[in-house]
Amino acid sequence: MSILEVKDLTVTFPGGIEAVRGVSYEVERGEVLGIVGESGSGKSVTSLAVMGLLPKNAAVSGSVKLHGQELLGLREEELVKVRGKAISMIFQDPLSAFTPVYTIGDQIAEAVRVHQKVGKDKAIKRAVELLDLVGIPNPDLRAKAFPHEFSGGMRQRAMIAMAIANDPDLLICDEPTTALDVTIQAQVLEVLKTAQQETGAGIVMITHDLGVIAGMADRVLVMYAGRPVEQAPVDDIYYRPRMPYTMGLLASVPRIDGEEGALVPIEGNPPSPAALPPGCPFAPRCPMKVDMCDEEEPALVPFGGGRHVACIRAHEIEHKGLTGADVFPVPVIPPSEVVNVPRAERATVLELDGMKRHYPLMKGAIMKRRVGTVYAVDGISFDIAEGETLALVGESGCGKTTTLQQIMQLEPPQDGRVVVLGKDSATLDKAARKALRRDLQIVFQDPMAALDPRMPIGDIIAEPLRAHGKKDVAAKVAELLQLVGLAPEHAERYPQQFSGGQRQRIGIARALALEPKLLVLDEPVSALDVSIQAGVINLLEELKNRLGLSYLFVAHDLAVVRHLADRVAVMYLGRIAEIGTVANVYDRPAHPYTQALLSAIPLPDPEMERTRKRILLEGDLPSPANPPSGCRFRTRCPKFARLNEAERQRCVDEEPSVVQQANAVDHGAACHYAEEIEVITASDNQEEE
Amino acid sequence: MRSKVVLRRLVRNKQARFGFIALILLVVLAYVGPFCGAYDWTDKDFMAFMSAPDADHWWGTTAIGQDMYAVTLRGMQKSIVIGLLVALISTGLAAIVGAFAGYFGGWVDRVLMWGVDLLLVLPSFLIIAIVSPRLREGASWLWFVVLLAAFSWMVTSRVVRSMTLSLREREYVLAAVYMGIPRWKIIFRHIVPNLSSLLIIDATLNVSGAIIGEAALSFFGFGIQPPDVSLGTLIAEGSRNATGYPWLFAFPAGLLVALVLSVNLIGDGLRDALDPGSNS
Repeated sequence: MSILEVKDLTVTFPGGIEAVRGVSYEVERGEVLGIVGESGSGKSVTSLAVMGLLPKNAAVSGSVKLHGQELLGLREEELVKVRGKAISMIFQDPLSAFTPVYTIGDQIAEAVRVHQKVGKDKAIKRAVELLDLVGIPNPDLRAKAFPHEFSGGMRQRAMIAMAIANDPDLLICDEPTTALDVTIQAQVLEVLKTAQQETGAGIVMITHDLGVIAGMADRVLVMYAGRPVEQAPVDDIYYRPRMPYTMGLLASVPRIDGEEGALVPIEGNPPSPAALPPGCPFAPRCPMKVDMCDEEEPALVPFGGGRHVACIRAHEIEHKGLTGADVFPVPVIPPSEVVNVPRAERATVLELDGMKRHYPLMKGAIMKRRVGTVYAVDGISFDIAEGETLALVGESGCGKTTTLQQIMQLEPPQDGRVVVLGKDSATLDKAARKALRRDLQIVFQDPMAALDPRMPIGDIIAEPLRAHGKKDVAAKVAELLQLVGLAPEHAERYPQQFSGGQRQRIGIARALALEPKLLVLDEPVSALDVSIQAGVINLLEELKNRLGLSYLFVAHDLAVVRHLADRVAVMYLGRIAEIGTVANVYDRPAHPYTQALLSAIPLPDPEMERTRKRILLEGDLPSPANPPSGCRFRTRCPKFARLNEAERQRCVDEEPSVVQQANAVDHGAACHYAEEIEVITASDNQEEE
Repeated sequence: MRSKVVLRRLVRNKQARFGFIALILLVVLAYVGPFCGAYDWTDKDFMAFMSAPDADHWWGTTAIGQDMYAVTLRGMQKSIVIGLLVALISTGLAAIVGAFAGYFGGWVDRVLMWGVDLLLVLPSFLIIAIVSPRLREGASWLWFVVLLAAFSWMVTSRVVRSMTLSLREREYVLAAVYMGIPRWKIIFRHIVPNLSSLLIIDATLNVSGAIIGEAALSFFGFGIQPPDVSLGTLIAEGSRNATGYPWLFAFPAGLLVALVLSVNLIGDGLRDALDPGSNS
């Protein structure tokens, strides 16, 4: 019997905005239902409606039954008894989900006491048990800690502990790992699986990450514009999608095990919920669209084998065995001419040599004294040749952004050298620095924050041109807008009139205005939805080849890096752990950290997810103010744990430097006991034959 | 391009249009109106003390027989100039000092904020009282405007500074730095426009604040001195007899409300024109 039964759920916000339009699903005991969709598809609103947590002005209709009991229209007092007891929710942002002024233990104990008649000390004891269950070390001590003393991953674990405190029948997880780093994400997903086994609860897993869903879900519901468009067992969704949107979504994901070649973007943007097209909401973006699609919105109809599809051409897709790559036009990206020249003969556009950036740690309000040093970047070296993309990857706090800022500032570094286009930043005067800025530009991560909201985009793009003394800018602005795939007429609009992907294109246009030689990309696609992301990645690749650019690409998404980069440098706590060509580092990682990082990334492939062995890292990133002696990774290193006492001593005493691997041309690792292993097995054809 | 877009949005904005029309009408009334009346503001009609509005004295007369119409308009001439100038100077000063202190930080911040704190603790009334008698000659009202403005910008500049502190970490400001744009240009191009909502509200409040504040000082013998009048002095005097002789109070007060309202409308319109988020 199913625990939760949702039928024809609709949510309408004031102003006729239909956020959810007829969602039906069931969740059984011990089952994981994944809900995927892009931002604005209504997946979060659906779950909030189930919990009864929507604001009062939202009109909710349909039916939500928990164990046969109708939840919609229930009075608040009745709902409170269900919420947190039978249904629990895990939110995306673990920082704001706890009250900062109470200890974690007290807050979990409170959740216990709200629904169970137990004494205070017993509740605290239960809280400690729960913290132990979710893998928090020293739970009895940590229970007395305040939320800010926990790291992001630990907070999310504590959140899970709180959610399972009352043995709920159903857990709703709303993007539970989106805010976390990959290695921490792998830990938390593991905890979530444990929690499910412990409670036997059904899980509704809401996420945009197709890799996470592939590893967790039994069944998947794909949402688009407030409606489910496809629902099927996980294997069917991934290997035999029958709705063009699902097919496009899967084809547009860059894969860590994937081969080179252009990604398949879905053109256009999701429709605004206030102005839906008359027929199928996906029709304006669908390459398989026929006239009939505009007449009526297709219903989600059974398709056999527990599958439901909302597409009038689903049977045709089934019959012809079409895949995403068949349906969606694959863009052709012209090859680069520079790559024909061997790397050693190309000019070096950026060189870092033992660069350091330390921040003093101050204490005291009036009399400030130095109490320590944050070793944000502690001696890193790499170089970028002309026409090459070097990716700098690592988890948050590893020093990628600091490195990038140091390069962009063009100021003398504290130690070491930064050489941009043959000019040492330590020897630059004011005029030379400004001249050099023409050749060095940046694209920021957040397309929302990187553009001045009070400036029309024409001015934004013209700004660097004017700053460097160009007078007649209108023609150039129009040309740049066209270059990044926007209409020149849009120059008078403000940034907020554009979608995220378009805004990122504006940011790229601004960076290209002065025709730079080196472009620094700071997580340029991490804030975008997958279908939009593919288009921006293709654009970056095309621009690089056409204009002969070099990229320094900073990212935490290793799949995107594999797709876009030629070489990759993995950073850990302000040092480079491994560096080399993408093929070397991804296929034969030698540093234990790289191996763990690669194995932690969920693949959008259910079968491989089930068979994969993960290298799970223990604990969190140590503080950069107090890094471990010797090798910085040794405290979390799975290899260190297997070494004998004498071998370990070397890791503790001696800091490893990047050493070229014996049998490779361009592959170095900073590990005393580096050993190449294969972490990702090369994928076969991901779609069915 | 920005100025063109903003101007077009401003012209298209209904509120701003009404505000501008009202302000222009008020200015025309203040400067052209006296020529239409039968009396000059210095004239005294000894046949009519405290007479209610009638055909001869349109807005009534005062206790010494001055024609309220002429006197009020004379007062308004002064008040419009004082109000608008003080608002402009003090908000401008607040924006510049706050933004420079916040953006540059370090010793610039410390020096500027030290100055702000100093001005905040100094009794402004005392300083104006000491300084203003020495400025009697020449364009004393201009000095008066400067003094009024000089003591009314500090709190706003502190707010501006703290908002700048958060703005300067924004990526679009960083982007401008990496483009090689001078820092003072960044302040005027990226920081100040993003504070415009606050600054516009502050400026509109300052208009009425200056007009009323001027009256308080006049009462103590500084600023506009009798026999000269301003809206502020008229309201201060008229309010004492507001119930018995309402015309002494109603006309100057009504014009002040109309003036502030029109400035408010323009301010709202300007804010909407500058803020791409509003679609009105």
